[in-house]
Amino acid sequence: MASDTHAHHDGHHDDHHGDVGPHSSMREYVIGFVLSVILTAIPFWLVMANVIQDRTTAILVLGGFAIVQVLVHMVYFLHMNGKVEGGWTMLSTMFTVVFVAIAIAGTLWVMFHMNANMMPSHGEHQQQPAAAHQHHTQ
Amino acid sequence: MADLAHSSVHGAHGATAVREYHLAHEPHPENGTALGFWLYLMSDCLIFAALFATWGVLGRSFAGGAGGAELFDLKLVALNTAFLLLSSITFGFAMLRKQVNDKSGTLIWLAVTGLFGLAFLAVELYEFRHLIHEGAGPQSSAAMSAFFALVGTHGLHVTFGSIWLVVLMVQIAKHGLIHENKRRLMCLSMFWHFLDVVWIGVFTFVYLMGVL
Repeated sequence: MASDTHAHHDGHHDDHHGDVGPHSSMREYVIGFVLSVILTAIPFWLVMANVIQDRTTAILVLGGFAIVQVLVHMVYFLHMNGKVEGGWTMLSTMFTVVFVAIAIAGTLWVMFHMNANMMPSHGEHQQQPAAAHQHHTQ
Repeated sequence: MADLAHSSVHGAHGATAVREYHLAHEPHPENGTALGFWLYLMSDCLIFAALFATWGVLGRSFAGGAGGAELFDLKLVALNTAFLLLSSITFGFAMLRKQVNDKSGTLIWLAVTGLFGLAFLAVELYEFRHLIHEGAGPQSSAAMSAFFALVGTHGLHVTFGSIWLVVLMVQIAKHGLIHENKRRLMCLSMFWHFLDVVWIGVFTFVYLMGVL
């Protein structure tokens, strides 16, 4: 038992000095490449052939393809999984994803609700009820 | 009673025998450089997040000028995307050659990767020149400012990645696939694949959604 773990430890160390970074295989790169080509070609075709008429649907579909392709790159090209570096790579990535989502979604949310959330200035205050009334009647 | 005392002594003795003071696997990071470089890439992600958010807010404000549908040539973008994707897999081939300590194979695939990188940059510069010629330079509207900031920052990353690639090729040619060069290759491969990931965001959110 003791000699067994020792041998394993030595093996680990030899490996450590022989090569750096994750071991990759041809299979991984080819799978990643083929999936990426498919996940790139479909969105380009959707837009260039004007397949989806509704803009909101098109944006959601394109965003979906982008997210899936990012995941494909992470797994097959960057060799991400929950075990490398004792999970710290995954943890830092998850933190970044949350941070990026808050930064982008938060910015868009705030900036596109600017008009509704602004306090009316003094000059416009007089015209405000009239404008609101006009808006209602339309 | 005596029996009980004996068994407890025996038990205590057994416990000390199996107690280990050295862990078979010490909790040191397998590869500190990989994690450190990954953290740099994640911080780079935050720069791009700010630039994407800027494009998201300003990307429709063309100041009355031509919009994305008239300005962006999707065939050119598709060509660029193909170049970058191909450079990603050729870098993968270089890493596979590195794993079997094939120095010339690694150098050849790195050279191919570099050529795809330069082709990408050439097409991007042609596009920029064309846009500026059309009067859609970075100073023409808020949207174009955001466009040049985002796409230009990505292009600068590819430029510096290419310079790094050439420097690393010289180092490998000179010193071979030594441990240090393998570590540098690992970092550059992460950087290169990361740029491809950012490009997915660029072609989706800037070009494809821009022409809708």
